[in-house]
Amino acid sequence: MVKTQRFQIMIIAGAFLVYPFFVSDYFIDIAFYFGIYALLGLSLNIVLGEVGLFDLGHAGFYAIGAYTTAILNTKFGIPIFVLLPVSALAAALFAYLVCSPVIHLQGDYLLIVTLGMGEIVRLALINNPFDLTGGPNGVFGIDFPTFGYGFDIDSSIEFYYLIWIIVALSIFGLIRLQKSRIGRAWNYIREDEIAASANGVDVKNYKLLAFILGAALAGVAGNIYASKLMCVSPESFTFWESCLMFCIVLIGGMGSIPGVIIGAAFISLFPEIFRPFAMYRMLVFGLAMILMMMYRPGGVWPRKRGAVEFRSLLGPAARREDV
Amino acid sequence: MHVIFEQLINGLTIGSFYALIALGYSMVYGVLKLINFAHGDFFTLGSYLGYTVLVFGAALITNHFGLWGGLVLAMTVAATSLAAVGLIVERLAYRPVYPAGRLPAVVSALGASIVLQNAIMVIWGPRFQAYPSNLIPNIHIQIGDIHITILQILILVLSFVLMGTLYFIVQKTTFGAAIRATALDRDTASLMGININKVIFFVFTLGPALGAMTGIMVGMYYRQISFTMGWNYGLKAFTASVLGGIGNIPGAMLGGLILGVLEMLGAAYISAAWKDVFVFLILILVLIFRPRGILGEKLAEKV
Amino acid sequence: MSDLQARPDKEIVLETRRLSKIFGGLTAVNMIDLQALKGEILSLIGPNGAGKTTVFNVVTGIYKPEMGNVFFKGSDITGRKPHQIVSYGIARTFQNIRLFPDMTCLENIMAGQHCRSSSGVFSSIFQTPHQRREEERIREIAQARLRQVNLWAFRQDLAKNVAYGSQRMLEIARALASDPYLLVLDEPSSGLNPRETEILMEFLTELIRTEDVTILLIEHDMNVVMGISDWVVVMDEGRKIAEGTPKDIYNNQRVIEAYLGKDDEEEEIDHGTTAEH
Repeated sequence: MVKTQRFQIMIIAGAFLVYPFFVSDYFIDIAFYFGIYALLGLSLNIVLGEVGLFDLGHAGFYAIGAYTTAILNTKFGIPIFVLLPVSALAAALFAYLVCSPVIHLQGDYLLIVTLGMGEIVRLALINNPFDLTGGPNGVFGIDFPTFGYGFDIDSSIEFYYLIWIIVALSIFGLIRLQKSRIGRAWNYIREDEIAASANGVDVKNYKLLAFILGAALAGVAGNIYASKLMCVSPESFTFWESCLMFCIVLIGGMGSIPGVIIGAAFISLFPEIFRPFAMYRMLVFGLAMILMMMYRPGGVWPRKRGAVEFRSLLGPAARREDV
Repeated sequence: MHVIFEQLINGLTIGSFYALIALGYSMVYGVLKLINFAHGDFFTLGSYLGYTVLVFGAALITNHFGLWGGLVLAMTVAATSLAAVGLIVERLAYRPVYPAGRLPAVVSALGASIVLQNAIMVIWGPRFQAYPSNLIPNIHIQIGDIHITILQILILVLSFVLMGTLYFIVQKTTFGAAIRATALDRDTASLMGININKVIFFVFTLGPALGAMTGIMVGMYYRQISFTMGWNYGLKAFTASVLGGIGNIPGAMLGGLILGVLEMLGAAYISAAWKDVFVFLILILVLIFRPRGILGEKLAEKV
Repeated sequence: MSDLQARPDKEIVLETRRLSKIFGGLTAVNMIDLQALKGEILSLIGPNGAGKTTVFNVVTGIYKPEMGNVFFKGSDITGRKPHQIVSYGIARTFQNIRLFPDMTCLENIMAGQHCRSSSGVFSSIFQTPHQRREEERIREIAQARLRQVNLWAFRQDLAKNVAYGSQRMLEIARALASDPYLLVLDEPSSGLNPRETEILMEFLTELIRTEDVTILLIEHDMNVVMGISDWVVVMDEGRKIAEGTPKDIYNNQRVIEAYLGKDDEEEEIDHGTTAEH
């Protein structure tokens, strides 16, 4: 079983590797945005899928990452790649500051507070505080990532590889987290907060940790997005964007990494595939969302527990004959 | 001083819009613990239906009903149609998803919202539509230094009548008691012989109908409507219902009015551009210190 | 309470002094003094609404007491958070089983070791040698506990899918997986059939005999209480009304009154309504 799984993963990885050689730049760009949504989905999945916290303001973290990159790059000329960790840290710090006071809120109350925070971020960007964010027009003229020696990431195909390499690394790290005491602690909280705390899980800290990691990953997505588009504006970080991320996680299956990728594929590819339907395509999209929840309420690829595990990827710790 | 009062009146006017929409969120939430994201679009659809009646039925209205009759006709058509739409959405998009838990219902509700919004766009087109401007004579009434328009008075009176009626039904009638009981504990309520389906029917007809009437009032007040406006109003109204204590009907009304007044005061004394930031900050602060909203009851979890 | 036998001279593991908890205007726990001695089974009994579970919730940090102190192995742990308390060595189960329903039985038990492990985000992502050893240890301890309660066969089944009686044992195993000095069990036999109750009693006596653990028990089943307790404390309406050996309590007039003799209405104050005030 481990062998077939490794084989399947290699096939999928191979398909991603050769895909850009068979399609036009247009379709490479679509796959790039698929990658961005996959990364955003993975980042929200930590908060919503693993810990079960209703975060409907995730676009705010994404925005913080994108604008950190945009502002520091255009004002101070700091290279994009240097700003990648900086954006992640900025988003994480923001998450820490805004989530600490509200982390005790339950369910829908946390939902409305995160929603409010996402809106505050967007409105603040529109209002151009200290003349930094460029108001409704946003920030223009962001560089491509450059490494010097003439190696730049400036074409569709290079951006495609960049985002998917980051997605692949994130998946690798997240699977390991899922299988560690950290991932289990998150799941314990999702399943039963009181039982989790009675078993030694510091609920508040682990919730904050999920927000911080989720925000950092969203910040990374923001960095790549800003440099690919060369400009950022508030309309890319609306409440609607947060809703899409929410749907990615639920359509795929809470806490399921393959599910998140499928959810991201649905959200980013569906409107493209149905482009011929013109103005009816979003109607069909909405209907599809309803139908999916009717027939697959647990998601298209729910997380399987126990029997199926990515054992071979995880190193010897998990490679025991029992379990 | 008169600026404060004028802003208060303005705030109460938009606050009553929020309150009426918030009622729809709160009633559905109370009964089903579902955030009905499509509710904002019920409001938009009602606004467009009212627009159609008023514009295309203009000749008919002026000949047979007179101005006020026309308005009543538009309200009636929009409210009854939306009651029907509400029921259809509940039946098709929500009912099949309830058993699976609350989160799938959120996605389904977002899906329903997308469907409604795009249906409106397909039918009426993506551009703004202008409400007929000659409906209500544009008369200002002056009391001391304060200006109020006839339209504002009409909106405030109608909103308070609607809210008062709903308040009476929910707080004073047996059926209202059934609704409140269902909101507190659905399972126990159904064991006590309350017909939950009847309660669901009630909230999914009345909520959208109130939303539709609000839609027409918003159209008359701002003179233009767009197919995406449901999102903004819905967001504010949902915020209002949480502020008041979600699931709590008087709370939704109070939350809406407070939100409207805060917004106008924020616009007048802080900055028009930052007024929404101000509103959301207040919301977050309220929830930090009173996590169940202003009128929401604290329910301790049994350990 | 007149002819109390002196209790054996053993180390006091848990002690509460004048412990009080008030909900709204209702005193759910009123000046309770408890002493759990090392290696003993201490049972807390009393009618519904007597405040037994509230005592447990205060001891395990879920509620903060209005007055009084909790001492564990000599140090004051009053008002500490639940996750701290379990790390000191007090593990508990719940009256209405609280497992992690959508996780496997093994994963459930692994929760117990959470407070005994320390790997962080980076060591988990990079799987440092320390992290691997730690995971190995967590897994081994969890597996041993699972075997101990005879649920090895269900290790990969979701907790929600195993039988009720097994869920009770699973919860006890989860508590044991944290290597506790004090095991706090809230009505472990409720919902069990006579045979399962028998197994539970044998399990607990065996546990006390073989492991360095003390047990604090809330129990309604008098057969269990009388069968396995070393010491019994009786509560009624938030107060301690009697304590002694099972034999003493069995013949105590006040205890009989508390259970049978008084006005029904007063007795039926449900703990649930208490907690909501």
